[in-house]
Amino acid sequence: MKPDQRQQVLFLWLAEPSLSSAVLAWAFYDGTDGRGPQPTGEQPYADGIAAMGDGWRVFQVSQQQRPIAGEEHLNAHLVNEFVLERLIDTL
Amino acid sequence: MTTLLTTDQMASFVANGYLRFDAAVPAAINEQAMVELPLLLHSWLAQLMGSHVAGDAAPITMPSGTTLADAYSPDSAIGRMLAVPVIAGAVASLVGEHPVFDHHFAHLKRPHDPSSQLLHCDAIVDRNTAFDIQLFWFPHDVEPGAGGTRFVPGSHLRQAAANDVARYQHLVGEQYFSGPAGTVLIFHHGLWHAGAPNDSDRQRVMGKIRLNPTEPQVRMWDLSDLDARNSSREHVFATTDATQVATILRQRQPWYSEQAYRHELVQRSKLWRYLSGDAQFDLDWYLTRQQLRSGLEVTM
Repeated sequence: MKPDQRQQVLFLWLAEPSLSSAVLAWAFYDGTDGRGPQPTGEQPYADGIAAMGDGWRVFQVSQQQRPIAGEEHLNAHLVNEFVLERLIDTL
Repeated sequence: MTTLLTTDQMASFVANGYLRFDAAVPAAINEQAMVELPLLLHSWLAQLMGSHVAGDAAPITMPSGTTLADAYSPDSAIGRMLAVPVIAGAVASLVGEHPVFDHHFAHLKRPHDPSSQLLHCDAIVDRNTAFDIQLFWFPHDVEPGAGGTRFVPGSHLRQAAANDVARYQHLVGEQYFSGPAGTVLIFHHGLWHAGAPNDSDRQRVMGKIRLNPTEPQVRMWDLSDLDARNSSREHVFATTDATQVATILRQRQPWYSEQAYRHELVQRSKLWRYLSGDAQFDLDWYLTRQQLRSGLEVTM
């Protein structure tokens, strides 16, 4: 990473384990302190592929876990979490 | 005189985790609350900091576990709000005639305060089917963007503690409260929520009261139509009847994955079994087919 580059991170929680599935929830964390491009609209991308097509790089995918015995029908956190980043020149 | 919840309202609470009563509290009680709720916060802060001095009014907050009937003066704003028939009926339907006070809080959001709370649920992971309720009382009009509480319908039955869910900045279908003075939201204790920015010129005042049940929360609402609408054989992939309570209990939130939705139906079925006293109730056969098979296998 260049000295003047800063990271932006986009979390997407999708409907299915596939990156082509719909966005159910999202979060944006900005290391540029607002100097980089910002997400626009109520929902920036319809699915994971659309985000990749706009320059976001996938760098983490949630692992698929075998259910814990006795807790197979309990929901907790959102699954299908994809973390994407882009590097922004801030000069 | 109270107005008990209907079967539709109870089913909606089970499905979505909240009920909403718009402009339920009369103006005079709301005006009283605009004076008393800030005092409640100041009293709590003074007590917490040990700065109560002789001559001050006694702290307004009572010990947790105080019977609700003894917790508030009938002349106080909260006491009067809890006596409004539709609110009293909702409380009695959800947590019975003898709930106890857990805690309360006055949330004041300053004008033009851009900060927001992180999304959270109150307290810790709770495996009980029995549940507490939390009343969120907005004693003045809240316009969109004016600090109305953010909340996530259908999040109440998930296993999460406190700020475990703080990363979720946006969920499809989440809501930010706005509405007329005197509106009360009643949340299942597990519902995810957060304080929201206030872009208005006015301080946003909201009173929150948490209540614990002391008796099984079984068949306490207006049951006049329940037996005719409580079929345990409702199955969306077989036969369905839109007049059955299952139609409401199946309501899906747009932020659910298919897998999560099915698990939510299982959890809702279990909660409805508890509330209705019907141990055979089921949605879409998920519990029933497993029960039918449970005695068939040879121990390996």
